[in-house]
Amino acid sequence: MNASPLMMLANNWNYFAVIVLMMAGLFIVISRYNLVKKLVGLSIFQTSVFLFYISVGKMADGTAPIITNDAQTAYSNPLPHVLILTAIVVGVATTALGLAVVLRIHAAFGSIEEDEILAMKAEDGVPRVRRSRDDSGEGAA
Amino acid sequence: MSIYAILNNLPALVVVVPLLLAPIAALITANRLAWFIAIVGTGVSVIAAILLCTITASGIRVTYYLGNWPPPWGIEFVVDGATSLTLMVMSSLAFLVTLFAGKALIGEIAPKDIGKAFAAWLLACGGLYGLVMTADAFNLFVFLEISALASVILIALGAGTDRRALVAAYNYLVIGAVGATFYVIGVGFIYAMTGTLNMADLATRIPGVEAQSIILVGFGFMVAGMLVKAAVFPVHIWLPAAYSYAPSAVSALLAAIATKAAIYVLARIIFTIFAGVPDVTALALEWVIIPLSVVGIFVGTVMAIYESDIKKMLAFSSIAQVGYITLGLGLATTAGVAAGFIHIGNHALIKGGLFMAVGAIFLATGSRVSIASMAGIGRKMPITATAFLVCGLSLIGLPLTAGFISKLYLVRALLDGDHLVLVGLVLVSSALSVVYLWKIVEVMWVHPAPVDKMVISEQPALYIPLWLVAIVNIWLGFDSSLLVSAANRAATALLGVGG
Repeated sequence: MNASPLMMLANNWNYFAVIVLMMAGLFIVISRYNLVKKLVGLSIFQTSVFLFYISVGKMADGTAPIITNDAQTAYSNPLPHVLILTAIVVGVATTALGLAVVLRIHAAFGSIEEDEILAMKAEDGVPRVRRSRDDSGEGAA
Repeated sequence: MSIYAILNNLPALVVVVPLLLAPIAALITANRLAWFIAIVGTGVSVIAAILLCTITASGIRVTYYLGNWPPPWGIEFVVDGATSLTLMVMSSLAFLVTLFAGKALIGEIAPKDIGKAFAAWLLACGGLYGLVMTADAFNLFVFLEISALASVILIALGAGTDRRALVAAYNYLVIGAVGATFYVIGVGFIYAMTGTLNMADLATRIPGVEAQSIILVGFGFMVAGMLVKAAVFPVHIWLPAAYSYAPSAVSALLAAIATKAAIYVLARIIFTIFAGVPDVTALALEWVIIPLSVVGIFVGTVMAIYESDIKKMLAFSSIAQVGYITLGLGLATTAGVAAGFIHIGNHALIKGGLFMAVGAIFLATGSRVSIASMAGIGRKMPITATAFLVCGLSLIGLPLTAGFISKLYLVRALLDGDHLVLVGLVLVSSALSVVYLWKIVEVMWVHPAPVDKMVISEQPALYIPLWLVAIVNIWLGFDSSLLVSAANRAATALLGVGG
């Protein structure tokens, strides 16, 4: 293994891509006021972790982990792929739920900018739906 | 099915029953029936948890291979002393809050959403039980996200009475997802170095890894992620809004069981997975967990003193109470960890009770409960207010309540380790918590009610579960032997006999 920084970059470029994506995603989550952009940042952040797992699972000269008759075949590790399949599902569910909540926030506040919503809360903390005491009991059973 | 088949599958039943009943509850439009299904789901979990508790009381470590795949290939559930105590506390509190939720949830959210709300309720409970039992580091992440997404839905349902619940739910979703992803990054590092995900297997392989710096990085990511979920001080910001704008029953459920599960997982990471590298964990406990706990205790208490909205005040107080638990765990002695587990149980009882009482007052008065609106409640709603008082005194740690036992064992554990400064800080913070609770008690009992207030009736469906919790609070104050011995077993299970 060559010790020069450039060679290290070339040999491990996938890990550097992971780091760049991870930092970019986390920065968007922290710095943006737009709630949808925050979710985009969150997705990028999660995707970087998926890439990290896939990179870890790759063996040098390994093929797809499907059994062949040749005993000399080196296989990549299939487990990280399976884990990431699960994590992708979780990520999709998180994004979907987040977007649904943003829709409801837009309906309730008329804005998806976090700073505007916070300012609104300060001057107007009135409940959207005023409840009378009468309907607090039975529901529609 | 024979009784043995049921007994052999107990650990799976705790999780599977609530998860399977959730979609059924979602399809049901009759609200009472949906509530009944939630009671059945949480009730079965309580029974299974009690059975598991009696089995592990004799020192047996129950293991369960999901789908009969033996570890380290398959996912394994492990129930030892620590697991069964946490599971017992969580499932019984969840059951009592579900009883309360019948009236409370149906009173606070739109009738057409009730079935779906109870579905999310069961998913949150099932996810948290699984989180506690699983012995697979990645499976833990899946359960973490099941419970987190279900909790987000439950918090967002508070929008029926206050639209700020939506923002609180959104923030919890984003912060929680970042925390969970941090945990997954940590697991990735550890998996890359050891090639296994089973916790016991990890514990044996981690000391043999040559590149200890990578283990350190993985450990840091996993602990940081769990600190977010447990709402330990600097990463607690999602908690106050989430607890205070959620529907009352949801606040009670989350306050009683959600952070407890995360704290338990934190203890598992530190004391089980990384047991083989004590220098790394000791560093984290001494320089991160203990200082953050102490700062969190004071920040939470002071914020609670300055807060006038009762639910938010209780949420800030939760941050302080989480600090007491992690302080006990941070000592890493048998006495300290046992004190932490005693407080996991007691705090679940105390906060569950307080949030239920506030929920009952909210439903009776129909407006957000603030210090001002509680004037004269002591005379208008004596049954609920007395239960609030009992749980409040328990929170302060008055003798003959459960809270006193927590403080007693925590202080004893601190004295054992000669941490005299910490003892002083715990006592001062307990004294400070008198300030905010006394404000409420004074307003409730001493101040007269406004003249124009209508007559308020108390509903048995709300105060019976509340009083069950309050009575356990008092009972544990008189006779804590069951809880203390269970907590000692938990500490021994986590630290090993020599710890």
